[in-house]
This record gives sequence, structure tokens and C-alpha cells, in this order.
Amino acid sequence: MVATQRKTTQKKRFNDVVKAESRNLDFYYADGTQALKNVNLDVYENKITALIGPSGCGKSTFLRSFNRMHDLYTGNRYDGQIVLHPDNTNILDKKVDPIEVRMRISMVFQKPNPFPKSIYENVAYGLRVRGEANTHVLDEKVEEALKGASLWEEVKDRLHDLAFNLSGGQQQRLCIARALATEPEIMLFDEPTSALDPIATVNIEELMSELKKKLSILIVTHNMQQAARISDYCAYMYLGELVEHDLTDKIFTNPSKKETEDYITGKFG
Amino acid sequence: MAENNAKQLKDLDQIRALIQKHKKNDFIFAFIGMFIIASLTITLLILFLDLFFDGYPRLGLEFFSNYPSRKAIQAGILSAWIGSSLVLIVTFLVAVPMGIAAGVYLEEYAKKNWLSDLIEINVSNLAGVPSIIYGLLALGLFVYSFGLGQSILTAGLTLALLMLPVVIVATRESIRAIPVHIREAAFAVGATKWQVVLNHVIPYSYGGILTGVIIGMARAIGETAPVITIGALTFIAFLPPSPIGTEAPFLNFDWLQSGFTVLPIQMFNWISRPQYEFHVNAAATGAVIIVLTALMNGFAIKLRYDVRKKIKW
Repeated sequence: MVATQRKTTQKKRFNDVVKAESRNLDFYYADGTQALKNVNLDVYENKITALIGPSGCGKSTFLRSFNRMHDLYTGNRYDGQIVLHPDNTNILDKKVDPIEVRMRISMVFQKPNPFPKSIYENVAYGLRVRGEANTHVLDEKVEEALKGASLWEEVKDRLHDLAFNLSGGQQQRLCIARALATEPEIMLFDEPTSALDPIATVNIEELMSELKKKLSILIVTHNMQQAARISDYCAYMYLGELVEHDLTDKIFTNPSKKETEDYITGKFG
Repeated sequence: MAENNAKQLKDLDQIRALIQKHKKNDFIFAFIGMFIIASLTITLLILFLDLFFDGYPRLGLEFFSNYPSRKAIQAGILSAWIGSSLVLIVTFLVAVPMGIAAGVYLEEYAKKNWLSDLIEINVSNLAGVPSIIYGLLALGLFVYSFGLGQSILTAGLTLALLMLPVVIVATRESIRAIPVHIREAAFAVGATKWQVVLNHVIPYSYGGILTGVIIGMARAIGETAPVITIGALTFIAFLPPSPIGTEAPFLNFDWLQSGFTVLPIQMFNWISRPQYEFHVNAAATGAVIIVLTALMNGFAIKLRYDVRKKIKW
């Protein structure tokens, strides 16, 4: 009851629609370390929520809970819920197949990780996994996804080249196109620009602002300027706990917690 | 100022002396390594050239198209090389799918616990079991229990047992070389385990798997002990029935039950004769086996090179 009450008060704080919320989320790695402690966080529809905090604070662990990446390794354990709206599915429920979750929530990784296949096959893979075999549909969706990731103009004449021949920034946009092709509801970004140069970084950031019109974004970033530039909401995590979650403007101009302020001003972390 | 410069120069001299000293170690190690490699290579080369020159008078087309004979000059390795080829076909068809399947299962599906550890240790140990033990196992199991007879099928299965651990280990090693982030990328778009195995794991590791397969085959082609144990013939002047028929369905499997001999047994048979002329035949057969092995290894290297060119992590 108490939890529900808290939820309602929090929903009143912001006027946006909640797309997903973690409720009392704990996470334990196989070796017993607790990486997340009672995290309650809302992700809003068509908004970018940034997770910031020092290394090892659990932000990546939290992000990877959203597509059940931890299920790939035995011994990891979740407690609590991540509820996806509007259907109210607890995606951490043992009865919910992680594959179903990954079909709804896609992910872009820290290092560009295209498959050693052609550009076309990289983007089409998510659709092929879903059983799409019609060449016309595939062609159309691949083009659409590449346009969505603003990569189409650069690669339209060499769709069947190996993805490795692209530059780092192009590879990362290819990975975004791959994640986009399946029309996910939420896209997770795990420090997507940390391996890229400043120009490629700007491209990706602009792309994310464009993408949020269609879906909700949760991003982990090490770079506070990046969080300030692109996110609508910002959450500061420390030692597995959520310290503060608020509108980005508020967090960066007038944080309510001292720890957040110390981290943002660079006194700590 | 001048003092300072002098001191810096002295320091520089010391650093250079130190580097020189350390580089000496580089040189010594490189020299020892080169020496070992050179002596191995030269030994093998001498061995091969010796075989080649000894057997040279017999190395003609006829040698490959004649049956063994009581007259050394007319004897050839026709039945032996056909026997070896047919046995290797069986070995390949059995060991490769089973080995890859076992490797994929152990790496991708099996839960990591004491049982999988035990299996892992056993598989690695199997690769080191003396081949005659496999021969005894095959004699008891395939020849007597299963009643497969002293046939090509039995020999193929026996050598497949021998090759299986090599294929399993090679499969696992090359699967492990696939980076975690590529694997996660495939799972992240919603692929099932089987889709990941079929579309990613096997295609990306097949260079390494094929290398293991070919090295295993190269080992199998030279194996003598297990094939003798199961009772391969040593003198054979007929060919097994042809695997390809003239009538539909164009395939027949009678050859599987046929008696046979293989190249190393033919060589062994000739070398144990007292007459010198047969020793020439043995040398020629030895040269053929070494060339075949070298060709297979060369093919493995080429494959690995081609795959590496396409896939870089």
C-alpha cells in the first residue's frame, strides 16, 4: 500500500506518461554481491532518462535489467519488479520469457558491435529472428531503420559491404539501426559514445533527440555534459542506490541532495 | 648549466647501456627459438627427402593404379589409397557432425557444474589416449558386439572416435574466441539460443572448427595401430564396391561392409618384407602419406587465413 501511495505522489511530480517503472529493484550477481539496492525509478514515454554516477555504481547493471541481459549468465538474481506500461507486465517475472522482453526493449552497447556480416544483414537480423522472410518487407524496413539512424545516405550504395568497413561512428549508428528496425518501445543505450570521437558523438546525440519522438530512451553515460545536453530526466546513482531522480534542469541547477551536487560539480567521482 | 648537461649525458649513456644489456636477452631468446625450429624443420625435411629419393623410382602413375603384387616392381597402392579415402569419408561424416554438436552443446547449452567439468577433463584426456586402446575398444564393440565385421565402416567409426576429441576441443576453443559483445548483440535483438548458434556461433567459428577437423583427419590418415587391431587386411587385390552406382539412386552402401587396407598398413606390410625392392615401395608410400598430410595442413592454414581476413573483432 505504501508503495502505491509513493507512486501516486511521484506521478504527480511530473506530467509525463510513465512507460516503465522499477519497483523496489534489488539485483545480486552470481558471486553474491548486491549491485542494486531498492531502486525505484520511472522511465517516461518519449523522454530521455539519463543515468549518471561514478564507475561501479550500478547504472549499467540497472540498464541491463531492462532487457534481462543478466539472464544470459547463471546465478544472477533479481528481486522486485520492472513494470512495463500500458500492459502492466512485470518483465522480471520468471514467467515472462526474456526473449519477449528483448523483442520489446532493444539495446545499443558501449562498443559498436556489428555482426561480421553485411550492413544489410546487420539491420535485417532482428526482423529475420522474428520470422520475416519477405524480401520486399525486409528491404523496406532496413531502409527505414537506416534512415532513422541517419546512416542511409552514407551506405545506400554499399548495403552488401561488410559492416566492419564502416568507421566507428557509422558502426554505432548501424547498431542503432539494428536496434531500431524491430520498432522497440524502449531503447537502452549503455554509454553509446564512449568509444567515439567528438563529431561522431554529436551525431549520435542528435540522433537520440530525434528518436525520442518515437520511443522512450534510457541511457547510461559517464559524461555529465552529455547527460545535461540530451536528457529530459536524470538519475544519480551511487553504490547501487538511486540517490536522486528529477528533471535534468533541476538536477544540474538545483539538486536537492548534497551528494548529487558534489558529483555534478566534480567535488566527487 | 654545463654541469647539468654533463650529468644528463651521463644518464643517457647509462640508459643506453641498460637497453643494450636487455636487448642481449632478446637476442639470446630469439636465437634459441630459431635453433629449435630450424633443427625440427631440417629433421623433417631430411626425413621426407630421404623417403622421397628412396621411393622415387616407383613414384609414377602406375604406382597409384596397380594392386599390391608379389613382384615388387608391379606392386602399387591402388587398394590402399582407395581404402584410406573411403575410411576417411566415413570418419569425416561421423566425427564432424557429432564433434561440432558436442562442442556447441558443451559451450552454449550445458550448465557449468561439476558434471560439465568432469566431461571437459575427460574429453581433453581422450585426445591423449594411445590409439591402440581405441583399436581394442573398436574390436570389442564394433566388430564383436555390433557385428559390423572387419569392414570400412568399423575402421571409419574407430578413427572417428579418435578424431572426435580433437574436433570437440577445436569447436569449443573457436566458440570461446567469439567476443561476448557480439554474442550479447545477437541476444539483445531477441534471438533464441538456437538462432544465435546457427546464425552466429557456427558461422564465426567455422574457420577454427575446420582447422581442427583437418588436423584430426591428417592424424587419422596416418593411424596404423587401431586399424590393424580391428583386423584390416594387409594384402588386398580387389576394390570395395563403388559407392556410386550406375542406376538410381546412384548410391550404394555395400562398400561399407567391404574388407580394406589403408596406406600406412600397406607401407608397414612392405617394410616388413626382407627384399629390398619392397622397401622402395614402402618409402614411396611414406612420401605419399607425408605429402597428403602436408596438403591437408596447408589447406587448413589457407582456410584459417581466409576466415581471419573476413572476421576481425
